Amino acid sequence: MMIRCEALTKTYSSGGRALPVLKNITFELPAGGFLAILGPSGSGKSTLLALLAGLERPDGGRVVLDGDDLGRMSEDERARLRAEKVGFVFQSFHLIPTLTARENVQVPLELRGEPARGRADELLERVGLRERGHHYPSQLSGGEQQRVALARAFSHRPRILFADEPTGNLDAASGARVIELMSELNRELGTTLVLVTHDDQLAARAHRILRLFDGEVVADNAA
Amino acid sequence: MRALRFALTLAWREARGSAGRLALLAGAVSCGVGALVAIDSFAEALQDSVRRQSRALLGADLSLASGSRFSATATRLVADLVREGGGDQVAVARVTSFGAMGYAPKGATTRLVQVSAVEPGYPFYGRIETDPPDAWAALQSGDPPGALVDPSLLATLDAQPGDALALGEARFTIRGKVVSVPGDVGIRSALGPRVFIAAKDVGRTGLLGFGSRARYETYLRLAPGASADRLADRFRPRLAAERISLRTVSDDQRSLRSALGRWASFLGLMAFVALLLGGLGVASAVHAFIQRRTETIAVLRCLGATPRRVLSAYLLQSAAMAMAGGVMGAAAGTAAQLLLPRVLAGLLPVDVDFAPSPRAILYGLALGLLVATAFALPALLAVRDVSPVAVFRKAYEPPTRRRDRWWIGVRLGVVIALVALSILEAGALRPGLAFAAGIGVALAVLWLAAAALVRLLRRSTPRSLAYVWRQGLANLHRPANQTVAVVLALGLGTFVLATVFLVQDNLLRGLRVDSRGERPNLALFDIQPDQKAAVEAAVRAEGLRAAPAVPIVPMRIQSVKGRAASTVLASAAVSRPAPDEAGRRPERMSEVPSPWTLRREYRSTYRDRLAPTERIVAGQPWAEGEWKDAAAVAGRAVPVSVEAEVAKELGVGVGDEIVWDVQGVAVPTRVASLREVEWARFEPNFFVVFPEGPLARAPQTFVTLTRMDDPARRGRFQRRMVELFPNVTVLDLSQVQHALEDIVARVSLAIRFMAVFTLGAGAAILVGAVAASRHQRMREAALLKALGARRSQVLRIVLAEYASLGTLAAAVGVSLAVGAAWALLRWRFESPLAVPLPALASLAAAVVALTVAVGLWSSVEVFRKTALEVLRAE
Repeated sequence: MMIRCEALTKTYSSGGRALPVLKNITFELPAGGFLAILGPSGSGKSTLLALLAGLERPDGGRVVLDGDDLGRMSEDERARLRAEKVGFVFQSFHLIPTLTARENVQVPLELRGEPARGRADELLERVGLRERGHHYPSQLSGGEQQRVALARAFSHRPRILFADEPTGNLDAASGARVIELMSELNRELGTTLVLVTHDDQLAARAHRILRLFDGEVVADNAA
Repeated sequence: MRALRFALTLAWREARGSAGRLALLAGAVSCGVGALVAIDSFAEALQDSVRRQSRALLGADLSLASGSRFSATATRLVADLVREGGGDQVAVARVTSFGAMGYAPKGATTRLVQVSAVEPGYPFYGRIETDPPDAWAALQSGDPPGALVDPSLLATLDAQPGDALALGEARFTIRGKVVSVPGDVGIRSALGPRVFIAAKDVGRTGLLGFGSRARYETYLRLAPGASADRLADRFRPRLAAERISLRTVSDDQRSLRSALGRWASFLGLMAFVALLLGGLGVASAVHAFIQRRTETIAVLRCLGATPRRVLSAYLLQSAAMAMAGGVMGAAAGTAAQLLLPRVLAGLLPVDVDFAPSPRAILYGLALGLLVATAFALPALLAVRDVSPVAVFRKAYEPPTRRRDRWWIGVRLGVVIALVALSILEAGALRPGLAFAAGIGVALAVLWLAAAALVRLLRRSTPRSLAYVWRQGLANLHRPANQTVAVVLALGLGTFVLATVFLVQDNLLRGLRVDSRGERPNLALFDIQPDQKAAVEAAVRAEGLRAAPAVPIVPMRIQSVKGRAASTVLASAAVSRPAPDEAGRRPERMSEVPSPWTLRREYRSTYRDRLAPTERIVAGQPWAEGEWKDAAAVAGRAVPVSVEAEVAKELGVGVGDEIVWDVQGVAVPTRVASLREVEWARFEPNFFVVFPEGPLARAPQTFVTLTRMDDPARRGRFQRRMVELFPNVTVLDLSQVQHALEDIVARVSLAIRFMAVFTLGAGAAILVGAVAASRHQRMREAALLKALGARRSQVLRIVLAEYASLGTLAAAVGVSLAVGAAWALLRWRFESPLAVPLPALASLAAAVVALTVAVGLWSSVEVFRKTALEVLRAE
């Protein structure tokens, strides 16, 4: 099992008031699976993603990621786990603005101390941006930036990829291209894919859809 | 290794994209390092010169000096010393120095000069350079007798080599100019140009009669192998009893080193202030940098970078920039060293050769790196507070500051490191601590003032203000404001400059001869009793108000409270307490008089009234006329009034007994009162005042003061007086005042030179702080414009913001400076503080203007770009 998620709860305090964001979420996802978390704004999708990736600790319940219980790991251990096994794609791309496209793709490999240049070029080629490697993010269009982000997410061959509204900031054509690439890479590398979106069409491409509303799972097509 | 490589790679790549901001960081460091390297290299070159030139500085292996002619006992002691130092192989040369009125008979001006009458052979080491070069050797021969003079005297007297120079009753031929004398500090000739004559000719002047002040020196070149220090140790007590002080080359080296060391420490502290400001600049730059990098840091954390890795990358980046700044600073500092000799001209006893000092450069770089890292670390720790979740939820909740052991430890470490560096720079514990405390208090007050302003404005910006003012003031407390950084930087810079200015102004104020007032500006010394009436008549003939001539009776102390002066002097010479690390001797025990108080000749007066510059602080005055009738007071000890400070040094209080040696006659006295004297005013002031009567028949001279406003007339009058009374010295107090002002001006120039570095560092921070918030400002201005604000309104908002920032910084900095100057004047210079408000107001206005100028300059783009351009670039 790639992800085991048991009775997850998370509460934020806002203006001195407790604001429950996730309530008792439980599900499992096998390796190589493709999960879409669907729901309107504020339903807790991104928080769930952050907890699954070990970016934050839950208030209750636990997450086991590829056999590692995140709750028992220190901050540094979780960081190392991400460096080894996790890739990310964000809605607003989040490329590092002071690094070129190629350098952005290299970062995850460099964090692991692996040779990066050849692999980065290979991936840029794959996303059709080989010639733009020396460009800074501000010199690329939104769709191009997201393709670079995708190359970065796959550069270190992660076991699992988290994507947070990856097409949210893109026009339809660019969005389709990105989703296409993501699915291809998922197939070729056997990467487990977790996609957060509020787009039903996009979610329909997943093997499984988890529908969230107000912090609770209201529908699960595997159940 | 992997972590380091990643940190290095990231640091390098990130640096490329932030060149401007990092250059500011480097700039902030470079000013401080530049100042440090300049002053340290110079101090090193100076110490080296002292070491190489010290024998030439003294001109001999050993010198003996006294304020009076050597007694028979002293002469015998010198003979013994010569015998033990190698007998026939010892060379001896005597030099007698005294002040005299010099004039060229063909000209109209006179000038008080310092005459040195030298015997053949002097100096044994080093060379007195003259123009023409062989003039020194020829000085000892020829008739009429020759004189070598300072070039400044030739200019004053409008004379040429070959002309005659009158000194007392003798006429000398000016044979040439003195170009340089080893060990002579240039500014000394400002008090009186030097004139060298041969010792054999001194009698002809008739100037070394009764009451004249002269210094008698004997220089010895010992036989090869003889140890000057060993001889000095053996003879010092016996010579001290004869009021003769003894110097060797190593004595000179020690005292020069400690004096120069103190100077270097002081200037070093000024440099350190610049470096501390640079540190503040680093802190503010790093803080702003990290704030703008929140997203990048969050992404890196998502991708699996640990907080430590990110922290190391940014720490490496800061350190590398600090190093780059340090290298620029070291280069500038080494170059500035070329300027320092010019800045310090006239204050140095040795010629200093320019040489880059690897030690000073390394030290400056190390200190720059240390201070920069120390200031960067607390700001860098905020990296740990950036959560990777920030990628998903921008500003959902503000990052919580972790106040863990790292947070406390780093801050504590920074404070300890800075205090330690202050002590290191000051060269001693107490001044270092005092300096650190002073800067700490200044920073704390500035920080509090800035924080209070931010808080006040956040609570309530006055609604009655015009919109542009409300908007401008609100910018001071909005997120990512730079209020604290700017107030700290500008305030500290203003504080340092204003303190230096206030202390200088107050010290000079005391010396000022009022150009409109009635205070005298001419003093006539050494008037013999039989000349008194004639001199007074001559003054009156000029239509001047002649102040009554004041008698001066030279005397020495024979015993204090029953202890003979010679015994105390001899034992003090044996057991001289070692100076402490700051070069001061420990506090004197109150029972034992300081040697100088016993060695010196007292020039006392007698009168029954207090002078306007005096105030009795203990004891009682004697009744007027009480002591005029010798019969009525027969058998009683004469009451004397002693100046309070010298009484402390002598270890005497009211009621204690002092026996004076007045030209061979013992006069027993009792201290009747202690007086405070305002020395800074040009009045005939005295350490010891006797009542009228007992000294009436003692050998004495007179001094009188008068005032003459027109300098040309003053010159003519001096000239006439010197021709009529060759032995009378006429001192033009305005010349003395100019000389003193010159000295103070040179000293403060050196200090201001260092203060420029401080200001430079302050300006770098200002630019940095403004640049840090530029992005936000552009956006704000664009939105305002989009909503209909005119350019002039945007301009006025910026004006309001920077004017209020500058005003706060200037006001707090100046107020702190008034406090610091008051403390320095009170405890260091024992003088009251007068605040020159107009000058301080102009300084404050200049600071405000600078702030507004930098603010406007960096906002040029804000005005120029259209709203669409900015918003599209978002």
